[in-house]
Amino acid sequence: MTVTTTGTETGPAHATTAVTTTVTGAVGTAHTRVEGRDKVTGAARYAGEIPFADLAHGWLVLSTVARGRIGTVETGPVLAMPGVLTVLHHGNAPRLHLDYIGMLGTPPDPTAAVFQNDRVPHAGWPVALVVAETSEQAREAAEALVVTYEQEPHDIEFRGDRPDAFTLDGHMPAVTEKGDLDAELAASAHVVDVEYTTPEEHHAMMEPHAATARWDDGRLDVVDSNQGTTWVADELSRMFSLDASAVRVRSEHVGGGFGSKGVRAHQVSAVMAATALRRPVRVVLTRRQMFSLTGYRSPTAQRIRLGADADGRLRALEHRSLSQTSTVWDFVEPSAGVARVMYDAPAHRTANEAVRLDVPSPTWMRAPGEAPGAFALEAALDELAERCGVDPIELRLRNEPERGPVSGMPFSGHRLAACFREGARRFGWAGRDPRPGLRREGDLLIGTGTAAASFPAGAGPSTAAVTAEADGTFTVRIAAADIGTGARTALTLVAADALRVAPARIRMRIGDSDFGPAMIAGGSTGTRSWAWAITVAADELRERLAGEAGIPAEGVTVRSDTTAALGALAQKERHSFGAQFAEVAVDVATGEVRVRRMLGVFAAGRIVNPLTARGQLVGGMVWGISMALHEEGIRDRVSGGHYGGDLAGYHIATNADVPVVEADWVDDPDPDDPVGIKGIGEVGIVGAAAAIANAVWHATGVRHRNLPIRPDRVLTAGGPHV
Amino acid sequence: MREFDYRRADDVPGAVALLDADPDARYLGGGTNLVDLMRTGVERPARLVDVRRLPLDRIEPTDDGGLRIGATVTNSDLAAHPEVRRRYPALTEAVLAGASGQLRNMATVGGNLLQRTRCGYFADVTKPCNKRLPGSGCPAVEGEHHNHAVLGATEHCVAVHPSDMGVALAAFDAVVSYRTADGPGESAFADFYLPVGDTPHRETALPQGALVTGITLPPVPSAARSRYRKVRERASYAFAIGSVAAALDVSNGVVREARLALGAVASRPWRAHAAERVLNGAPASADYFAAAADAELAAARPLPGNAYKVTLMRNLMVAVLSELAEEAAR
Repeated sequence: MTVTTTGTETGPAHATTAVTTTVTGAVGTAHTRVEGRDKVTGAARYAGEIPFADLAHGWLVLSTVARGRIGTVETGPVLAMPGVLTVLHHGNAPRLHLDYIGMLGTPPDPTAAVFQNDRVPHAGWPVALVVAETSEQAREAAEALVVTYEQEPHDIEFRGDRPDAFTLDGHMPAVTEKGDLDAELAASAHVVDVEYTTPEEHHAMMEPHAATARWDDGRLDVVDSNQGTTWVADELSRMFSLDASAVRVRSEHVGGGFGSKGVRAHQVSAVMAATALRRPVRVVLTRRQMFSLTGYRSPTAQRIRLGADADGRLRALEHRSLSQTSTVWDFVEPSAGVARVMYDAPAHRTANEAVRLDVPSPTWMRAPGEAPGAFALEAALDELAERCGVDPIELRLRNEPERGPVSGMPFSGHRLAACFREGARRFGWAGRDPRPGLRREGDLLIGTGTAAASFPAGAGPSTAAVTAEADGTFTVRIAAADIGTGARTALTLVAADALRVAPARIRMRIGDSDFGPAMIAGGSTGTRSWAWAITVAADELRERLAGEAGIPAEGVTVRSDTTAALGALAQKERHSFGAQFAEVAVDVATGEVRVRRMLGVFAAGRIVNPLTARGQLVGGMVWGISMALHEEGIRDRVSGGHYGGDLAGYHIATNADVPVVEADWVDDPDPDDPVGIKGIGEVGIVGAAAAIANAVWHATGVRHRNLPIRPDRVLTAGGPHV
Repeated sequence: MREFDYRRADDVPGAVALLDADPDARYLGGGTNLVDLMRTGVERPARLVDVRRLPLDRIEPTDDGGLRIGATVTNSDLAAHPEVRRRYPALTEAVLAGASGQLRNMATVGGNLLQRTRCGYFADVTKPCNKRLPGSGCPAVEGEHHNHAVLGATEHCVAVHPSDMGVALAAFDAVVSYRTADGPGESAFADFYLPVGDTPHRETALPQGALVTGITLPPVPSAARSRYRKVRERASYAFAIGSVAAALDVSNGVVREARLALGAVASRPWRAHAAERVLNGAPASADYFAAAADAELAAARPLPGNAYKVTLMRNLMVAVLSELAEEAAR
């Protein structure tokens, strides 16, 4: 491959010398972020800091009860406070249209569709928005606003044996089953029957949700921080019964999303206030408010039953997962779905169940389903390996499915074995003594563990416009979102290769719903979906330009829409795969678990930008450390609200918790796929917590089936060495 | 955020006078705790008296061979001071185990002593808390308490003091100096924090309006071999779930002097007198270290969710004492 990095540090806006040589091969070469300089110098503006003339500030007031009805909202004293412009609540807010199914196949979450009635379905539910001239005035008035409630008893108790659990489809069928589970389990030489739990987890991205709404010449203009501008614009237009063309949503830079940055209370309340006041209104959420307003990962209780022959070949696999949802919106954490891809067995049953509690609505978060599901399933596989006396990697290789265990469809590629082989070689797995509790350094017990990872390689319909400018540069317009992933840079490289020019000649414009419909940055589908649309448009543009003598002043633009191409894609099981390895040290005196090193080797299609790809995969693995050892949203039984709902109380891994973490990949070609790119945003977390938990067992001889593996749990679990 | 009056004091009597003039005023040190509490509405002072520029930023030897540490010395400067590192290494270790580099650069010694508990009920104005709102109840007893007190708590409050630094100061018999409108005063560290009783909102023996001016460390020869060990739920930037400051003077295998204080187990840094009584004069061996720990923890009254702390503190005391004894034997 030809290598070029010319101009990528400064980006096209600053490029003063055109690259004249024909250059290809940008994809696959490490490039720093095209907007990196803007970000590190502060030139990049985020949604909450973009100035607007005549800006007013809204502050949300959240319920202090977990269930009941709003009695009174005593607006009078607050309206008399300095700078206060209005107080919106269920008694005066405009009625929204909520009878629709959004772009991602779900109805609107009532937590986002604020102030529509007097019911309070969970603690931290939005009950009012105070708008004032300054943010400080709005906050002070919001804190002074007296809201009375008719409180009702609440039920927030999540546990595995809830009798009111029900199967729930979500984005996949709730239940799949084949074969006779009881018969195969009875005929098995080894049976593992265990329950795993994971706690409530929160996205905790760095940048809080923030939006400014204003009316601009008859159009609603929203400057926001989100994972998909056309997604948010579409939902706002439906909620407010506006023509789709009358809504524009922009989201230039986004400080993390992880699944929570869709339509939320901040945008909806800002639009209401901007409409009522006829001036720009900004609503920014606080960290504490985010804990109840922006979704989270439900806790899970997962029951796994595995039956295997003496050599470890599975005869039976059952994976049941229970998660919670709110009483106003159905969402299921589909943890049992991972078993539908990873392992086959003559008897195979998976089920996703939910229970409705007086809690906020959960949502997609960092590999929804796969992350908690792979923790349970891959830890159970490790337990089976122990029972069978088979090496954990060998056990997985013996149980590699030839086709989708549930779908029966062929895999587009299945390079899991290659990941394990390469990972085992680099990690030094060979010769590992499988017996637990043997490696001691003073008070520390040392262990290693492994687990498999997978994540679907999906795509969503997208449109793109590519313009050849008269000055020899190219402008790409696509409503993509760079939520910190490096998507803007990756798409620049994709466009450069498709146009056969240097990346410095590409001007990549994203994050604007006016660019037309596009997939969101979610489900690890963004880069695959957007690259597809850009490639189609760029290919056609290049062909069209081939016959042209010159480019007119207005440029030459080609538009693409991948809807039809996506529909024509052969039906296959398309996934990224990976092998996770971890080494841990467990202090038997204090119960502290520290990860010493991690390695992840992935098969994730064509890697566009190795620099940011590594960041994505390592970042996912760090999520996994955090999930295994730290993260836990604690709910207070009495109030029904959060305990310690801030970043001091909700622990995510710090730098000191993250040791040497290496991520790499094996070739994963798919000649039948028109883009060859798979998602890498989420597969890094899948299996990471299981690898760590398995390593803790290898260190101590104790199975920790409840996350996070806190010091107190290690201390009270006992075991031979504690 | 409520508006408040901000004054910067130029000298100690001036600071005390500025505070006295407004019953709803607070001294502002580094602001690393108070400002957070103002943001969350736990503290709503009408006036802040900024004392950070007072001439209390020195660390000086005392005539008897101790150290006097000014109240506005930052955590970073305290930890880095050569005499602190040489003569009271556990104090340096304790300070460095807390917070982050940025916070330690701002936080002051006086503020560290007076920081408030990080109990999640205390920090959340929508929930009851006897410390924040006397008489409203303590939800932690029935609710979340896995990092709450096992020693010295009552049904009125089970919160723990969050300081790392204070644990070392407790072990070394520090004395707190303060100033009121009536003049200077002193409080031994053992008396500085009040028992919880049924008044958890009364935290220290400081008179109304008093400004902490400094801390005096007496000469403690055994402190030259001292250690601070902190256990937390992540490797950095978390409050302790248990900590130990210990100094051990061993001669011919016998403990001549042991000093032991515990963190994250009580409403104050907890001096382990019962353990020390077992240790002093006893053989420096693991059996006696365990017996000493058991003697201290005999008074522990854990809740269902924090019984692990008894195991943790026992293990931790034994581990730290064993480590110090091994060093002494080298």
